[in-house]
Amino acid sequence: MADHGAAATLPLPTGRTSVAAPPAAPHVQVRSLTAWYGTAAGVRDISLDFPRGTVSALIGPSGCGKSTLLRSINRMHEEVPDARIDGGVMLDGVDIYGPGISAMRVRRKVGMVFQKPSPFPAMTIAENVAAGLRVGPPITRGEREAVVERTLKRAALWDEVKDRLDHPALELSGGQQQRLCVARAIAPEPEVLLLDEPTAALDPIATARIEELVHELRRDYTIIIVTHNMQQAARVSDVTAFLYLGALIETGPTSVMFTAPSSPQTEAYVTGRFG
Amino acid sequence: MRRRRLGRRIVGAAMTGATYGAAAVALVPLFAILGMLVVKGAGSLDLNFFIKASVPLGETGGGFAHAIVGTLIMVALAAAIGVPVGVGAGIYLAESGGAKAATIVRFVADTLNGIPSIVIGIFAWTWIVRPTGRFSAWAGGIALACILAPIVARTTEEMVRLVPNSLREAALALGYPRWRTSLQVVVRTALPGIVTGCLVALARVAGETAPLLFTALGSLYLSTDVNRAMAALPLQIYSYAVGPYDEWHRQAWAGALVLILLVLALGIVARLVTHRKAYG
Repeated sequence: MADHGAAATLPLPTGRTSVAAPPAAPHVQVRSLTAWYGTAAGVRDISLDFPRGTVSALIGPSGCGKSTLLRSINRMHEEVPDARIDGGVMLDGVDIYGPGISAMRVRRKVGMVFQKPSPFPAMTIAENVAAGLRVGPPITRGEREAVVERTLKRAALWDEVKDRLDHPALELSGGQQQRLCVARAIAPEPEVLLLDEPTAALDPIATARIEELVHELRRDYTIIIVTHNMQQAARVSDVTAFLYLGALIETGPTSVMFTAPSSPQTEAYVTGRFG
Repeated sequence: MRRRRLGRRIVGAAMTGATYGAAAVALVPLFAILGMLVVKGAGSLDLNFFIKASVPLGETGGGFAHAIVGTLIMVALAAAIGVPVGVGAGIYLAESGGAKAATIVRFVADTLNGIPSIVIGIFAWTWIVRPTGRFSAWAGGIALACILAPIVARTTEEMVRLVPNSLREAALALGYPRWRTSLQVVVRTALPGIVTGCLVALARVAGETAPLLFTALGSLYLSTDVNRAMAALPLQIYSYAVGPYDEWHRQAWAGALVLILLVLALGIVARLVTHRKAYG
């Protein structure tokens, strides 16, 4: 039960560049967060920091609250009827649940990719990438086309779709659709990227490509990924947090979490003895 | 083992045959009606039928142009009034969640769907024809819109509900406000289905007679003045069919054929729209 309740700071894992500059405040700070569904708490009193430019994995058995925690960070949790939040989530020190802060603005800064690839069926590939720009500041057609090209290149999809940008997005394979959704999420240039089991519906090759993409994107975004797949968490993340029954059990550098966890529950889970 | 396999094959073939048979029986009325209309009505279809209005008894060469134009005008009026109301209500029903007002609107739409069309006609007569003191195409169009709107509302609701929730979430997560999520993502995705529902509803009201009896009344003259009584295909078919002259009967058959072809055309267009842009 180490760290439970306290604000657990996630130290940078070994092997990453140790910058001499004073450590900046964590990019995303979850503070005593309890997320309710009616009278049931999906997560209870969780405090957790996500440093800028790291990939954090949230792991735990089904129903442990990982997705609820993730959806609290871009205020998608409140889209569920009767949902409610206690505590707060700070983005660059500003409480996203504070007065006068709109959920729409938060979501433009905190992008999200879901488990099931969900391109908009009535839109072309290019329109899908640019979908998030339509609710941002107005831009010219040329700017939009530049963003589409740049973003598709970032999402490692450009070469596969450059000749059919005006084709329906549903023409793409499942893996391509998911990379399109990543492109759609990063096109408005958010600061944080939330990935909710992004490879659960994909085959191993498509999964590997998404993982490569996460690796590429870590330089520019603070990434938080929910995964059921322990190997995936070990492969892509710098830090890992283990949740169980709505509570944060343990968090730390991924290498430590998978080799020498301090909680017996974490050890049991990462070694596959339950979950 | 061999025998059992043979038994299965026999049962399978019998069931397949039965389903084909049922399909054929279901198609019999359609083709019987179409066939009879072609046999009895096609002979009277000539150019005059489409470009001339009724002529006095004794003259030849009269047509149904006034009725065709009247039906097109009143169906257009009904669409202009009923489609926006119906589509708007349908989107509201599907996107409002379990709001109490939505339950009431849905109940009203279902009740309206079940009201006999003659009652709609009397209603329109009471509230439009009597206060304005005249039969008019307006009154006919509004009566048809009263039938159209609840059908469109319910089909629109069904189509919008078919849109997976994951698309709503994806749009919200991009920072779309709820209303833009509904219009620019959900309704846009459901649009082919909504258009199909509207066309099917239009085909249905194009053939309605009862709501027009007390509202548009019918007329023997070609007119595009929506403030006056106006002819319509079903009305003209009715008045010619109950008349005593063979020439009238022949023209009524031809009018019925045109009406059915019009409805069929709307149905075919509806199918094409759905096929072109399927989603799922």
